[in-house]
Amino acid sequence: MIELAVTLPQSLTRFLQATVEGLSLAAIYALLALGFVIIYKSTQVLNFAQPALLIFGAYMASYLSITWGWGFWIGVLVAIALTAGLGAGLERVAMRPMVGKPVFAAAILTLGLDIGIRVFVNDLIGVNVRAIGDPPEGGFGAPGLPWPQLPWNWGGVIIQPRSVVMVITTGVLVMALLYFFRRSRFGLAMRATAIDQEVALAQGINVGGVFSMAWILGGAMAAVAGVFGATAFAGLSASNAIAALKALPAVVVGGLDSINGAVVGALIIGLAEAYTATYQAQYAPWLGSNFSQVVPYVVMLLVLLVRPYGLFGTEEVERV
Amino acid sequence: MRGRPGLFTRYEDASAILPSGTQKVWLGIGLAVLVIAPFIVDRATLILLATAVVAAVGAIGLNLVTGYAGQVSLGHAFFLGVGAYSAAAIGGQPEEGKELIALGLDLWISLPLAGLIAALCGIVVAPVALRLRGLYLALVTLGLVFLGEHIFRNWTQLTGGQGVGREPATLSLFGYRFDLDGSVLGIDLIREQQIYFLALVVMVVMALLAKNLVRSRVGRAFAAVRDRDIAAEVMGVNLTKYKVLAFAVSSFYAGVAGALLYTVTGFLDPNAFNLFLSIAYIAMVVIGGAASIAGSIAGAFFITLLPEVIENVIHALPIDAETLFTSISTAQIERILFGVLIIVFLIFEPLGLYGIWIRIRNYWKAFPFSY
Repeated sequence: MIELAVTLPQSLTRFLQATVEGLSLAAIYALLALGFVIIYKSTQVLNFAQPALLIFGAYMASYLSITWGWGFWIGVLVAIALTAGLGAGLERVAMRPMVGKPVFAAAILTLGLDIGIRVFVNDLIGVNVRAIGDPPEGGFGAPGLPWPQLPWNWGGVIIQPRSVVMVITTGVLVMALLYFFRRSRFGLAMRATAIDQEVALAQGINVGGVFSMAWILGGAMAAVAGVFGATAFAGLSASNAIAALKALPAVVVGGLDSINGAVVGALIIGLAEAYTATYQAQYAPWLGSNFSQVVPYVVMLLVLLVRPYGLFGTEEVERV
Repeated sequence: MRGRPGLFTRYEDASAILPSGTQKVWLGIGLAVLVIAPFIVDRATLILLATAVVAAVGAIGLNLVTGYAGQVSLGHAFFLGVGAYSAAAIGGQPEEGKELIALGLDLWISLPLAGLIAALCGIVVAPVALRLRGLYLALVTLGLVFLGEHIFRNWTQLTGGQGVGREPATLSLFGYRFDLDGSVLGIDLIREQQIYFLALVVMVVMALLAKNLVRSRVGRAFAAVRDRDIAAEVMGVNLTKYKVLAFAVSSFYAGVAGALLYTVTGFLDPNAFNLFLSIAYIAMVVIGGAASIAGSIAGAFFITLLPEVIENVIHALPIDAETLFTSISTAQIERILFGVLIIVFLIFEPLGLYGIWIRIRNYWKAFPFSY
């Protein structure tokens, strides 16, 4: 362990420890929430197949890097590409015929997709927890980038390198996405499609391409989240997919159609979950064991009671 | 009007429960099959049939709120669970040495109360639903399932807790035990047959009530809310009232269905009321046909009997099933088929089995001409 010569009071250590864990959870939720929001904004589909994409990506990463021995980096990158491809394929085959149909029908259809894919992948995973491998010793494999394999101990607060990587990667990805949407030509096309599909089509925008792109991005981010969720001691099992369902409250808290909201929502949900896991057993044991697992939904209900469209979502204004 | 089934000269005829003679005949045939079936099939199939009959009650409930009133609910499993545990707590027999809540009351109290408690939960949820529209509502009801699962796992006095479970309500109506072998009118019935007929009576009554509800003022208000809620409000439909009512009625049905659902198997597992159960009920509604009572019943039978059908098909296949399905079990095929069927029906036949029936009917109406 790398230690810093600082001593902090016990209560503060505990709080900071929970914060660190909350932030790494938030990193996972943020990626998944962004995937939901991007797909929802571009295609008006609420993608319940996100858990399937997550578990597929994580499984492929584990399979390629360990079983086939391709190494961590190549395995993960190929897995991300494959999951993005799966997302695009699902959109093309199953979701495209649903354009113009009621939004619920499309949402329920993604539930069907989710069940089908997850049965296959869960069967491949089997009953044992799979490892997903670690980045090679020495960190990113590049010389001059020292990467401690051991956790830091910052005055009693244990910080796993995994958490740091997760938070930084998510931060970079969010920035890249924002840049993509704000500055690139295709990003502009996606924003235009989000505002009005028909008008975008009339302007010569390839709306079908935008739909594919949304699912590619959603799939890729679900795969990254899946890899994050399975790294180090966590491992990969069928129950990892639940993370994607816990990201739904993050989306709702932030507002279904707000990219910034997704990140803020993920932070709120991740921190709430981590603080509950730390303090609930002591201060509110009557809430039952593992209450932290359902805290995201409680937070979601409370936020929706106050703000029915989430914190940053746009209120729907409808004409009759 | 013989020979012209589409022609109605009075409003009463058009909105009758069975507007055409053909439907009366089919209903008679269907009921006859349902009454005779338990004497023909084996015990395993009978258990499935009884479950299907109960599931039909739940599916009708979900169809009322989702198909008729247009409020998508992924939380049906929660209401089923509330019904199951209310009934078990009110109607279960107290056991020595166990600290489970069990009042041991009669079925005529426990069954309606299970429905009412579930309906009350529906009314509690409804205010959230009123403020929310569309997909937000689906997500909130999804959260409800997870919260419900957590409560069922942890409230050990009610549910027995994880891995332990408890027995469902004792089916004793005015002292007559449906959960034991017995004889009615000189016909000896085994336990499963008794439960089946009890469920069948409940289902027929509930289906009739639902059918009457949807062809009344309330049903028209539901449809108006579904088709365009703002327009409905402008026309004077009280949105608050009808959305709450839709949730309450739907939850009542779910509660009654939940109370009976696991009585055949005789074991209540707190993990049973999960998201997958909700999706199974969504599948019943989608496959049976949204906004159709008969469709809900057909969908419930279809989904519940699916595992049995798959099992038989696999055994009937000429190839050796063991080598083909080494790693994939029947339960898994069932889940995959769930997914595939939901997708296929939504893309190709959004009206469900009901839509297929309409197509067949229209084809034969003009036979041998195509139109």
